[in-house]
Order: sequence, then C-alpha cells, then structure tokens
Amino acid sequence: MDLAILWFGIVGFFFIGYFVLDGFDFGVGMALPFLAKDDTDKRVMINTIGPVWDLNETWLIVAGASLFAAFPYWYATLFDGFYLALLLILLALIARGVSFEYRRLGRSEKWKRWFDWMIVVGSAVPALLWGVAFANIIQGVAIDETGTYVGTLFDLLNPYGLLGGLTTLLLFFTHGVQFIALKTDGELKERAHALSVRAGIVTIAVAAAFLVWTIVQHLEVAHVAFIVGFAAAAAVALIGSWVANRVRREGWAFSLTAATVVFAVLTILAALYPNVMPSTIDPAYSLTIQNASSSQYTLEVMTWVAVIMMPLVLAYQGFTYWVFRRRITRESIPVAAAH
Amino acid sequence: MVEWLDPLLLARWQFGLTTLYHFLFVPLTIGMVILVAMFQTAWVRTAKPKYLHLTRLFGKIFLINFAMGVVTGIVQEFQFGMNWSDYSRFVGDVFGAPLAMEGLVAFFLEASMIGLWIFGWDKLSARLHLAVIWMLALSTTLSAYFILAANAFMQNPVGFELNEELGRAELTDIGAVLTNPVALAQFPHTIFASVMFAAVVIVAVAAYHLSKGQYLDEMRTALRFGLIVNIVAFAGVALTGDQLSLVMVETQPMKMASAEALYQTTAGASFSIFTWGTPDGSSELFSIRVPYLLSFLSTHDFMGTVEGINDLQAQYEQQFGPGDYTPIIWVTYWSFRWMIGLGALAAVVSVVGLWLTRGGRTPSGWAWKVAIWSAPLPLIASLVGWIFTEMGRQPWIVFGLMLTEDGVSPGVTGLEVLISLVAFTLIYGALAVVEFTLIIRAAVDGPKEWAKYDAALTGDDTDASTGSGTVDPAKLATIY
Ligand code: HDD
Ligand code: HEM
Ligand code: HEM
Repeated sequence: MDLAILWFGIVGFFFIGYFVLDGFDFGVGMALPFLAKDDTDKRVMINTIGPVWDLNETWLIVAGASLFAAFPYWYATLFDGFYLALLLILLALIARGVSFEYRRLGRSEKWKRWFDWMIVVGSAVPALLWGVAFANIIQGVAIDETGTYVGTLFDLLNPYGLLGGLTTLLLFFTHGVQFIALKTDGELKERAHALSVRAGIVTIAVAAAFLVWTIVQHLEVAHVAFIVGFAAAAAVALIGSWVANRVRREGWAFSLTAATVVFAVLTILAALYPNVMPSTIDPAYSLTIQNASSSQYTLEVMTWVAVIMMPLVLAYQGFTYWVFRRRITRESIPVAAAH
Repeated sequence: MVEWLDPLLLARWQFGLTTLYHFLFVPLTIGMVILVAMFQTAWVRTAKPKYLHLTRLFGKIFLINFAMGVVTGIVQEFQFGMNWSDYSRFVGDVFGAPLAMEGLVAFFLEASMIGLWIFGWDKLSARLHLAVIWMLALSTTLSAYFILAANAFMQNPVGFELNEELGRAELTDIGAVLTNPVALAQFPHTIFASVMFAAVVIVAVAAYHLSKGQYLDEMRTALRFGLIVNIVAFAGVALTGDQLSLVMVETQPMKMASAEALYQTTAGASFSIFTWGTPDGSSELFSIRVPYLLSFLSTHDFMGTVEGINDLQAQYEQQFGPGDYTPIIWVTYWSFRWMIGLGALAAVVSVVGLWLTRGGRTPSGWAWKVAIWSAPLPLIASLVGWIFTEMGRQPWIVFGLMLTEDGVSPGVTGLEVLISLVAFTLIYGALAVVEFTLIIRAAVDGPKEWAKYDAALTGDDTDASTGSGTVDPAKLATIY
C-alpha cells in the first residue's frame, strides 16, 4: 500500500476527529449568549465540555504535527500562506482556552463577562475560519513554482470560501446546541432543543448550497462519484439529525450532526485527492499527495507509531467520555463558586 | 521596503518572544505536577488532611499555569510553518517525526488525564485518581522529551541523509534522533531545572504563610519539602549541566568558546566569573577568573585544550565558505553565567533555609522575605539558559546544515510578521498579568478554601487519623 495515501487518510482522520469533537465545543461556546439566562446556566453549559475541551483541541495539535511529519511541504505552504488567517485562529484559541479555566477564578461580574465574551468570540472565529481555509484549499489558491502562496488574506475571502466558513460556523453551532440538549436537563435543555430545531433549518440550507457548489466545481474529476456520494451522505445525515431532533431523540440527533461533520470532511478530502493544495496559477505547481510527502522511511516509522498508539489513545479517550457521561444539572452547580 | 520590516529579523524576534513566553509556564508545569503527585500520594497513604490541602493548593496553582502552557504551546506547533516554512521544508522529514510522536504519545494522554484529574475527584476512586496524576506527570515529562529531541536535532543533526535532488534532510534512523546525545543530556537538565522552580514556588508560598503564622502544620511540611527538593534538583542540574557541556564542546565547540568569549585556543583555560571590558568581550579591563575551570568543564581535564573563536571561525570559513560563524558574544557570555549564577543562588538560599529551620526553629522576618523573593531565580535561570542554547547556535538554524536566514518563510511579508508580533505581544502581555494575579491570589489564599471541608473529610470526630474512607467525594469535586 502507498504510505503517502495512507497518511493522507490518517491526517484526514485527525482533522475529522478535531472537527467532530472541538466542533461541539465551538457550538457550546457560541451558544452561551443565546441559551444562558443566568450565570448558573453558563456554568452548566461550560461544565458540559469542561473535562474534554482540551482533549478535543489536542486533535488539532496532532493533526498539525502529523501534517508536518507526513507532508512537510503541505504544512509549510499552508501555514506560511494562510498566515493571517491562522494567526486569527490561534489568537481565538488562546482566548477561548484560558477563559474556561480563568472565568471561575474571578470575583467580579465584570471579570466573568470579559471571559464570557472571550469564549464566544474565541469559539466563533475558528468555527468560521476553518471553513474558509478548507474551502480555499479545495478550490485552489495562488501557489507559485516554489510552492509558495502568493495571495493575501483577502483573496481567501471569496464567495466560495465565505460560504464554506458560514457552513462550518452553522454546522458547529447546531452540533454544539444539540450537545447541550443531550448533556443538560430542565429548562436549559428545552431551550437548547428549540434553538437547535431553528438553527438546523438554516444549516441545512447553507450546507446544501456549499455541497452542491463543491460538486459542481469537481464535475470533471475522475472520482466525482465519491464526492457526490460523501456529499449526499452528509446531506442525509444532517436532515436525519433535524428529524431526530423534532421527534426528540437527542442521542440520535447529536450522532447525526457528528456524522454530518464526518461526511463533510470526507467530501473535502475526496475533492482534494490526489492533490493536497491545488495551484490556481498552474496545475503543475500543485502540491500533491506524492510530491508533498515525507520519505518512505519517515512514513514507515510514523505508521508504526500511529498503529501502536491510536488504539490506546482511543481507549483512554473513550474512558474519559464514559466517566463524564452523566447530564449536568443546575443542582450540580454549587450556589457560590468554589473559591 | 522599510528596513526594520525585515521578515527575518521580525521572525526571529517573534519566535524568541513566543518560545520564551511558552517557557515561562513550562517549568512550573513540569515540576509542579511531579510535586503535587507526591503530595497526593502522601494523602492517599496517610489520610492526613494537610497533604490534601497541599495537593489542592498547589494543584490549583498548577492548573492556572497549565492553561497558559497549553494555549501558548499551540502557537509553537504552527509557528514553524508560519515563520520558518523553508526550514520546515528542509527538516520536516526528520523534525516532524518527534513532534508528531509528542502529539500521539504525550499530548493526547496529557489532555485526557488533565480532564480526569480536575473533574474526577468525585468520580474516580482515590487510587485511580492518584494514578491519573501520575500519568499526567508521565505524559508531561514525555512531551518534554520529544520536544527536546526535536530541538537537539537542530543543535546536533543525527540520523539523517541529505537528499540533494529535493534539497532536504531525510530521516534514516529514528533511533539516532531519539537518542541524540544532546537530547539525552538536555532532558534531565531541563527536568531538574523545572523541578527547582516548582520547589522554590512551594517554599515561597510556605514562607508567606509561616511569616503570617497561619496554616503552620501544612506549611512547615511544605517548606522543608520544597527546600530539600530544590537542593537535590540543583545537584541534578549541575551534574547534568556538566554532561551537557561535554557534549556541547564535541558538537558545537563554537558555543563553548563564545560562552567564555575565548578568542585564542588555550590549554588549561580559566573560567571568568565576571568580566568588565568591551561589550563583545574581545578585550577586557578587569575580570575575576577561576584557573583551569573552563578546560575542566569542556574536557574533564584541567590542562585540556579549548578551541578559541578565531580558530573555529577560520575553520568554519574553510568548511562552509566565507561568512560570520560567531554568535553574539556578549549574549552567550552573560547568559551562560546568569544561568549558573542564579540557579546556584537559589540553591544557596535553600541550604541556608534548611539550616535556619532545623529542628523546628523559626527564623526571623527577613529570612521569609528572602525565601519569597528568591522564587523567580530558577525560572530566570532556565530562560537565560535557553537564550544561551538558541543564540549560541546562531547563525545556524540547524547546526552545520542550514543558516537561520535561509529558513525564514519566503511568502510572508515583514508587515505580516509585525502584525502577529504585536498581536502576540499584546495578548500575551495581558494574559501574563491575569495569570500572575491569579497565582498570587491562590497562593495568598492558601488552603482556606479546603480547610472548611476538614470535618467532612475526617468524619465528624476531628481526629485526623480516621482516614480517607469517610471522605465525601462530592465535597472534593471541582466545578467551573
Ligand atoms: C534552573 C535552571 C538552570 C541551572 C541552575 C543550570 N542550567 Fe544549564 N540550562 C538550563 C537551565 C539551568 C535550561 C534552561 O534548562 C537549558 C536550556 C537548554 C537545555 O537543555 O537546558 C540549559 C542549557 C545548558 C547548556 C547548553 C546546552 C546546549 O546548548 O546544547 C549548558 C552547557 C548548560 N546548561 C550547563 C549548565 C551547567 C554547567 C550548570 C551548572 C550548575 C547549569 N547549566 C545550571
Ligand atoms: C524543541 C524546542 C525548540 C525548538 C525546536 C526551537 C526552535 C527554534 C527556532 C526554529 C528558532 C528560530 C531561529 C533563530 O532565530 O534562532 C529559535 C529561536 C529561538 N528560540 Fe528556540 N526552539 C526550541 C526551544 C526553545 C525554548 C524552550 C526556548 C526558550 C524558552 C527557546 C528560545 C529561543 C529564542 C530566544 C530564539 C531566538 C534566537 C535568535 O533570534 O537568535 N527555544 N528556536
Ligand atoms: C518550540 C517548540 C515547542 C513546541 C512546538 C511546543 C508545543 C507545545 C504544545 C502544542 C503544547 C500544548 C499541549 C496541550 O494542548 O496539551 C505544549 C505544552 C507543553 N510544552 Fe511545549 N512546545 C515547545 C517547547 C517546549 C519545550 C522546550 C518544553 C520542555 C522542555 C515544552 C514542554 C511543554 C509542556 C510540559 C507542556 C504541557 C504543559 C503545559 O501545557 O504547560 N515545550 N507545547
């Protein structure tokens, strides 16, 4: 088996993990101003992701590092090229990350409000920009013969890129709101349910537009059937999630938005294949799975590491989720903060 | 283009700033998780509430700090691609592997365990919860190992082959990369240095409360524990530092020469503790010297020969072509001294502290102040140690293979780097104030937040020996 192709799949797997898991963290963060009526509600919401958000974010670190190890040229071109977009994502992740921990340590309302907004903005910005970035990657960007991106941040903000961003933003929002419905109780849960039904409709409309546009762009590709297949699966899962939500099957609804994210990323990967960053200047300058990858030996080493580590990693991550499987209720939040 | 918008210069400032900033938090994380795990072990074994108080108090400080380590670490991971993309293309085949291993082996474990530890007090059995913090300590230490192995490749490239056609270094032996002699020496040196810092933080907190006459029981324990750990860790730092010097002379003789500003190759070279002369050290007006010490550090032989900067410069010019292969001498000279000096000072303070508190004695007020104010010493020593290591490698980004100026991202403009430099500086500056305030506040509060659970912890009778069997786990739970 061609290891470069295998690693294309593994890197894709890490990004899928990242978007499915941190996706609902983003959604929970963005939903704070929409769902929380008081501080206790906010704390309930934050506690639904409290034990796992760092774990979920680590998928990004692993995805990035695997990209570096398996496709150094892709890593270099992507992060050099999307410099300012990535900077914004990093700043947002910094703001969001410290806020979960620091919010509760403050003593004033003002302090809390500051960190609340950092959580909201710090969740919305990456949710939007990851979509913009990935839409641009599959659409192709201005890469010159040295493999350097020669466009600017504003070139990334084209209609297709923005539509991609809007899609991930809405998808993660709905995904997160359904997570809240799944993990909480009482009124908060009811509000989350109602919101996710409404948000679901908008998400379906926007995501459908994005998927159709993606297919249209790739009609000439030999394996277009895969692209259409994954896109269709994503659409079915999203609609299924909405239906499950209407009939109040929260578990199903949440699993199906997760499936939507999985199939959406698969659609993107299929649309990319066999490139990893197509060039709009000249297809000959495109970075491909083969010309961007590491040497055979490095890929072999990394394959061994992945094969040994991944079952362990999945086992203890599963354990973590199992330990924290219970719903969080308002009653479980002590009246005065714990300090 | 304006000259100060030079992407290379700005990228170096940016990398230096963000990495040093990351390393502001890393030592406390690495060191404190180990010491907190020890406190928790003592609690599980003896069921004495004082150990639980210490676990929770220093655990809280650890967590405040940990959050910063995590968010600044993400920046590090992507910076290689953002600012040093040609470097990434050149070494990615070799350098990416330890980074990816760090993610797969260490970071995933670390991130799982931290969630379980923070929120698992009431959900896991006491023993399992204890195992969790030890796993956390293990993963943190492992992550340091992999990142140091990556860094060691930049100091002393091993286990690779140059691929002329693709213009890159390709991995040929992962074992050699992971057992790079530089990494093997750097790793224990860095861990011991980190433990030193965590230990003096514990000493400082204990000194503060003891000087106020509060929480005497737990704080006496903490003080003596911190003092002893600091002294032991300093011994570890010194021994491994000695090893590191030997390796360095072999792999990067120029770094040792510039650590001493030694221009002429010398046998039986002396080590200057302090010099006053021209800023680059090329001529001196006054200095205090320890005879033969430099030779001993470099070769373990008092009469050993230490190569001088001039000879090495000539040798490199022959080998690599014309150019300046000398780092900035005053930086390397002084950073090496401050690293050793400040660390040693911290150890001296601890020895004196042990003496003053022997047999339950209480020292006078100024001693507490010294203990509190000497807390930053090992941290500063670690930071300047890194400045020495990284600046001493210049002008190379990968020693002998690639110059720093060739590693910078070709597609990034000076303005972009400037924007990110300013953005990081602002957000980092603000967060530093926040985290410092929170840590000070937690330290000043001491264990008061948990003291009120004592009755619940030890059953209704206040006898501390009733054991942890009566702990109501819900009382221990952490909620955001
Ligand atoms: C508490 C902090 C501390 C203390 C007291 C010392 N060091 Fe250190 N040193 C570090 C903290 C540190 C560090 C920050 O952790 C570095 C940076 C890179 C590394 O691996 O460790 C370092 C690097 C470093 C290097 C450079 C390695 C390289 O460039 O590859 C040498 C040669 C030494 N140390 C030697 C010593 C000696 C002989 C010491 C005598 C006691 C000493 N250090 C004390
Ligand atoms: C594995 C760990 C590390 C790697 C891979 C690494 C890599 C690099 C790289 C690529 C540069 C830019 C090139 C240059 O200007 O020298 C650099 C510079 C620098 N690094 Fe590191 N570094 C590591 C650890 C650290 C740590 C822990 C610190 C300090 C806390 C540090 C401090 C610096 C500084 C101060 C510079 C700027 C040097 C200069 O501009 O001349 N590094 N390092
Ligand atoms: C310049 C290279 C470096 C990179 C790319 C890097 C990367 C990272 C990343 C991505 C994280 C976040 C992990 C998480 O989300 O849990 C992190 C945290 C950490 N880093 Fe670094 N790091 C660098 C330098 C160093 C060095 C030199 C050390 C130690 C010797 C170190 C030790 C740690 C530790 C112990 C943590 C975890 C604890 C904490 O979050 O504070 N790092 N690093």
